[in-house]
Amino acid sequence: MDTSALTDNAEPYRDRKRYAWWLSILVPALINGPLLIYLTGSTALAWGPVIFIYLIIPVLDFVLGEDRSNPPESAVSALEEDRYYRYITFATLPVLWAIFIASVWFLGTHHLPWYTQLPLILSAGLSGGLGINLGHELGHKNTKLERWLAKLVLAPTGYGHFFIEHNRGHHRDVATPTDPASSRMGESIYVFVLREMPGALARAWKIETERLQRCEQPVWSLHNEILQPALITLTLWTALILWLGIGALPFILLIAFWSNFQLTSANYIEHYGLLRQERSPGRYELCQPHHSWNSNHVFSNWVLFHLQRHSDHHAHPTRRYQSLRHFDNLPELPNGYMGMFLISYIPPLWYRIMDKRVIKSVGGDVSRIHFQPGHRAQLIARYGLTEVQS
Amino acid sequence: MSVYQCPECGFQYDEQLGNQHEGLKPGTLWHSLPEDYACPGCAVRLRDDFELLPATSNQPK
Repeated sequence: MDTSALTDNAEPYRDRKRYAWWLSILVPALINGPLLIYLTGSTALAWGPVIFIYLIIPVLDFVLGEDRSNPPESAVSALEEDRYYRYITFATLPVLWAIFIASVWFLGTHHLPWYTQLPLILSAGLSGGLGINLGHELGHKNTKLERWLAKLVLAPTGYGHFFIEHNRGHHRDVATPTDPASSRMGESIYVFVLREMPGALARAWKIETERLQRCEQPVWSLHNEILQPALITLTLWTALILWLGIGALPFILLIAFWSNFQLTSANYIEHYGLLRQERSPGRYELCQPHHSWNSNHVFSNWVLFHLQRHSDHHAHPTRRYQSLRHFDNLPELPNGYMGMFLISYIPPLWYRIMDKRVIKSVGGDVSRIHFQPGHRAQLIARYGLTEVQS
Repeated sequence: MSVYQCPECGFQYDEQLGNQHEGLKPGTLWHSLPEDYACPGCAVRLRDDFELLPATSNQPK
């Protein structure tokens, strides 16, 4: 059904963002290294996408500001049913696959100085990061088609296990000490990644092997939903190496790493320092809206399928991107994800900007702060907080 | 045999049918699953959060 003009209490509801979601396709399709170099003939343009994503989008977020509007509840079910929004996600998938292949091809067939290779790798990795974001949106849906598309879009960067790990692991354990994908106050992103990447794979494997055991199916079989996308990865990477030579492998691995590090960055900023209360040993309160950081900055939300309305996503994980909502009085990031990623790469700056926001969002209650073990006493002293008496 | 539904995402579990993907054989009782068994649809709600649907809707779809 077409929801471009829905009637709500005799007042037509128009989704003002309906066509803005095209940016999710247009940004990677137009702003990618190989295309910019091909169009201009200048290898200096390889830096274009890196500058656009990490610097220009944060400026656009700052200038264009926030959008706090929500669709009326009465329009949501029609909005969810409107297949237009789904087709946008479907159409993004081949674009991201093409950029991955084109980037590996370009790097593998041209003799380039390192200062051209580096931005091409970063640029392809940013596009791969958008692929994980798309895989995230698709992987949460309960239709067979969308779950398969999620495996397909995660495959080029070798992160097919994310689909299991995120839905069944992160959403269950979010903002607790057991979650490798929730960051802690005083933990830098460079320490976090060492816990996050291996932890994600281990938890995904544990969840999937438990399911296969219940199904009485062998772990090493095609029933394994981690091995299914891994096989697509292996096939794609092998084909690229047969085509371009073994020299393409380092580029594939570096692009895959930077793509997956974009997910690490998102995980790092989404729940930094926030903690659910333990009700009984190992059992935590339900994930509440105040356990996630949010951003209503318009431009980055258009590029990221509303991922930044993260509290609503955690409360209602199967809700589709077009109907995710803003709520007042939630933890809010001062810029969109891309700007916050860049800040997180400079830990002292990150702590300076975010630690005070963590303290404010929990009302100074240290029992609600997720501290990096070993840093607790020092941080409590530094910020003049009061330790809880046990 | 009863049908249970996740209050968050609407995922339904019919004890009569079980759930093949989850490895739950037909006839597996919902309350025989571990207490911390998370909803296969959204993973946000656990076993005891599920609501028992009225028997009238207890028909395989």
